[in-house]
Amino acid sequence: MEFSGRSSSEFRQRASVAAFFVALAMIGLSLRFAQLQVWQHEDHAARADENRMALLPIQAPRGRILDRYGTVLARNDAGFSLEIEPFQVDNLNGTLEKVSNTIGLRPAEISRFRRAAAEARRFDSIPLKTKLSDEEVAKLVTRVADLPGVNIQQRSIRSYPFESSSSHLLGHIGRVSRADRERLEDAGLSDDYLGVTHIGKLGIEKSYEPVLKGQPGFQKIEVTASGRLVRELGLKAPEPGKNLHLAIDFGLQQKVEEAYKGRRGALVAMVPKTGEVLAFVSQPNFDPNAFVDGVDPDLWAELNNSLDVPLLNRALRGIYPPGSTYKPFMAIAALASGARKPEDTIQDPGYFMLGNHRFRDSRPEGHGRVDLKKSIVVSSDTYYYKLAVDMGVDNIFKHITPFGFGRTTGIDMEGETAGILPSSEWKMKRFGKEWLTGETPSIGIGQGYNAFTILQLARATAALANGGKLMKPRLVKAIEDPSTGNLIDMPPEVETHLKIPEDWLTLVREAMIEVNMSGTGARVMAGTPYKVAGKTGTSQVFSIKQNETYNADRIAERLRDHSLYVAFAPAEDPKVALAVIVENGGFGAAAAAPLARQVMDYLLVERVKEGRALP
Amino acid sequence: MNDRQAHVGWRAARFWARQRFMALDQPLFFIFCGLVGLSLLAVYSASHHDPDRFLSHVRNLALAATIMFVLAQVPANWLQKTAIPLYSMGLVLLIAVELFGDTSKGATRWLDLGITRIQPSEIMKIAMPLMLAWVVHQRDGLKTPADWVLISVLLLIPVSLILRQPDLGTAILVAASGIFVIYLAGLPWRLIIAVTGTGVFLIGLLVLFGDQACAPGVDWPGLREYQRQRVCTLLDPTRDPLGKGFHILQSMIAVGSGGIWGKGWLNGTQAQLDFIPERETDFIFSGFAEEFGFLGALLLTSLYIGLILRGLWVSLGAPTIFGRLLAASIALTTFTYAFVNLGMVTGLLPVVGVPLPFVSYGGTAMVTLGVGMGLIMSVARDRSRMTQGFSLQG
Repeated sequence: MEFSGRSSSEFRQRASVAAFFVALAMIGLSLRFAQLQVWQHEDHAARADENRMALLPIQAPRGRILDRYGTVLARNDAGFSLEIEPFQVDNLNGTLEKVSNTIGLRPAEISRFRRAAAEARRFDSIPLKTKLSDEEVAKLVTRVADLPGVNIQQRSIRSYPFESSSSHLLGHIGRVSRADRERLEDAGLSDDYLGVTHIGKLGIEKSYEPVLKGQPGFQKIEVTASGRLVRELGLKAPEPGKNLHLAIDFGLQQKVEEAYKGRRGALVAMVPKTGEVLAFVSQPNFDPNAFVDGVDPDLWAELNNSLDVPLLNRALRGIYPPGSTYKPFMAIAALASGARKPEDTIQDPGYFMLGNHRFRDSRPEGHGRVDLKKSIVVSSDTYYYKLAVDMGVDNIFKHITPFGFGRTTGIDMEGETAGILPSSEWKMKRFGKEWLTGETPSIGIGQGYNAFTILQLARATAALANGGKLMKPRLVKAIEDPSTGNLIDMPPEVETHLKIPEDWLTLVREAMIEVNMSGTGARVMAGTPYKVAGKTGTSQVFSIKQNETYNADRIAERLRDHSLYVAFAPAEDPKVALAVIVENGGFGAAAAAPLARQVMDYLLVERVKEGRALP
Repeated sequence: MNDRQAHVGWRAARFWARQRFMALDQPLFFIFCGLVGLSLLAVYSASHHDPDRFLSHVRNLALAATIMFVLAQVPANWLQKTAIPLYSMGLVLLIAVELFGDTSKGATRWLDLGITRIQPSEIMKIAMPLMLAWVVHQRDGLKTPADWVLISVLLLIPVSLILRQPDLGTAILVAASGIFVIYLAGLPWRLIIAVTGTGVFLIGLLVLFGDQACAPGVDWPGLREYQRQRVCTLLDPTRDPLGKGFHILQSMIAVGSGGIWGKGWLNGTQAQLDFIPERETDFIFSGFAEEFGFLGALLLTSLYIGLILRGLWVSLGAPTIFGRLLAASIALTTFTYAFVNLGMVTGLLPVVGVPLPFVSYGGTAMVTLGVGMGLIMSVARDRSRMTQGFSLQG
């Protein structure tokens, strides 16, 4: 065992080379540490924080909706809901079957769930059945442990206690859809909706979404890699949504809905001085509760295909020719344009000749000599045929426009339809054709191309009642901060003050009073303890849609005229102005006027007795 | 001799213990203590939710220290006699594993002896350098082609058996321990340069054409699919951030988020919140570097450099060829351990199952490392006893 000199120095050399490489490698590693820990430190620190911190949204309770006397129309019910996180479920059909075996699911509930799941984001928890009964909860509690992705959650569920009543007014909320998310993103509101599952879809719920919604809070938590909560790092309390106090008298709403007795139509009643909307009825209705967690496809199809179009908000979006209810406004327009003076008279033989075409009056024998006042009281068509032709369509357009016909009223509800106030320019734009003089006479009696919403008609009537102020209709009277109880009143807003001379208004008012004393409304308004200024109207139904194939009775009914009525009362100091239509109700006095009578009786007699007089 | 007789009872025991202690190589001992200290901190942090785990780690460390202490007292030339029996036993057991081994997680590494399960590849980590050093010692260097054939066969048989299990990490370590012996015994430089050059070239190719080579369905000769996946994941961890790349990414985030000073002991979020896989064993450094920062990492690295250089220094002073080859090979194998592990957890090297020496939790590896330290100390002891002034350290 002797060292040879060569091998010794060789070994020493090789050991030194190895030592050199060891040092080099270790320095290399140290540089790698420096790269990660010094140069890239901030990146990695940020990612580590991203790993460990999670924001847990806390839903803000949605504001309630109340009527002007405090009746709760939309509230949040605490309840248990059975939810499924589809991303955690391998065999969705099997899971649904097991759940169904436990509590029994209707096919509609399952199809509704599938529809909602298809719309949802990847990690959403989709309700399968909400508002579980105690018995259902008890049965499920033992089962959910074996069913991954199935949970019983305590949720606050939006509920509309009066079900279908006022559904068009209140609207409903629904699950945030893909389209909603895109819209929110475009509006830069995505952050406000983190963890928010529902959003206003229709009616007040949609229009006042930003007020009702509140601000969600957040719990900042530390989580493990598997998502287990370790501790709370911070908390931002949610800001509850504000309560809405509507101007609506819900008692009146229900009374009107009942009075429709299954017929279709719309009624809008306003306080003329303030623009507060007391009743906003569209019949038929639907149950908004069915829409909160996604409507089941069968019900959706049924509502959509119904000939009654229950999903149409007739008060806001239904457009109708106003018929003779247009005459008071035409009268003011005639005076304003100078085409008529109050004392000018015509001879009404029961028809009006334009060229060789005969326009018939509703009363074949005519009304004899007719002045402006009488033209309203007896509803002389001949007077207005001639007036219209004398004025010309564009002159009518000019002097009717101030009443707000053919444009949106600016009511605090989204989706309003403007309707049509015809003019030659409009016709050219719409049909690319010149206006024909033969089309003008019908315009004078509120037929032809005229198509307005009942809301527009009610507002214009209110303007007749309040001395010419075109108010902005308001459904919401005040907004309440639930944490302080402070009420912020929404002030009345005058859109335009029409400069109508007092004697013109008086003339029209007296004519409208006379309508209900001796004219078309006399029988219906007999014996009212208040004086009613009103005007009946009958608007022709021109055609029915070609693809509607129903039995003869139904068609006959649907070809009947629409029955309209506008009124304000008490005539000398109006507290309410209204417009009402009963579709296919026939003559104005037959269906619409009795409804109006009920509204006025309720507001001016019954409510007054209860100490709830209008201002 | 008078001294020894003068001391009796308690004092004698103390004197004896002191003598035995002084027989340990002091620098190595203190470096070992430093590593043990860091290991206790790191393993406690990684497992303080499970006190049994930490206690068992303390037991493993004590066992390793005891083995080291005992082996340090043994003259190195006694160790030569264990080379053939240990190597033969290791080889027989490896063949037994090949034939009757237990399979878990797709790898056959364990042998059930009835009483306990052993991992024979671990024995080879010690037996390989012992055997090869002894052969070189016997032949007084590698001089004839027969010597080269013999030593190559002795190296390749166990390594290929371990590769077949498959256990790439252990195979690398066993192969490294043998190759270091051969290198130190005089592997021709030309061969070294040729092999290194080819390796660098292949790695360069891999980095350049990683995307093609990692496309699904491509087969790499000589490697299993899971090993190919690991290499591919290393080349681009973001290729599969939630799957195989997740571990590397999370480990790099942990290390990087530690910054210069670290987040403080027990305050590492990546480690404490389970984002680090295998955080007590192979990935112990991720949590350590997160909590102790760049400075902690430098301290640990310095201890390894100290340990390795001291081992090489000891080898230079060894009185026999066997001693110096053994000590140097073990020192360099320890370096391989540390480098492969640190490279792996910082995303420089593919994930192979190599623990961080003296720090990772794990009884088998700890015992092996204790044996290795004991062997180096045994060589160091011989140096001080026998060279009497003559040494390469000169």
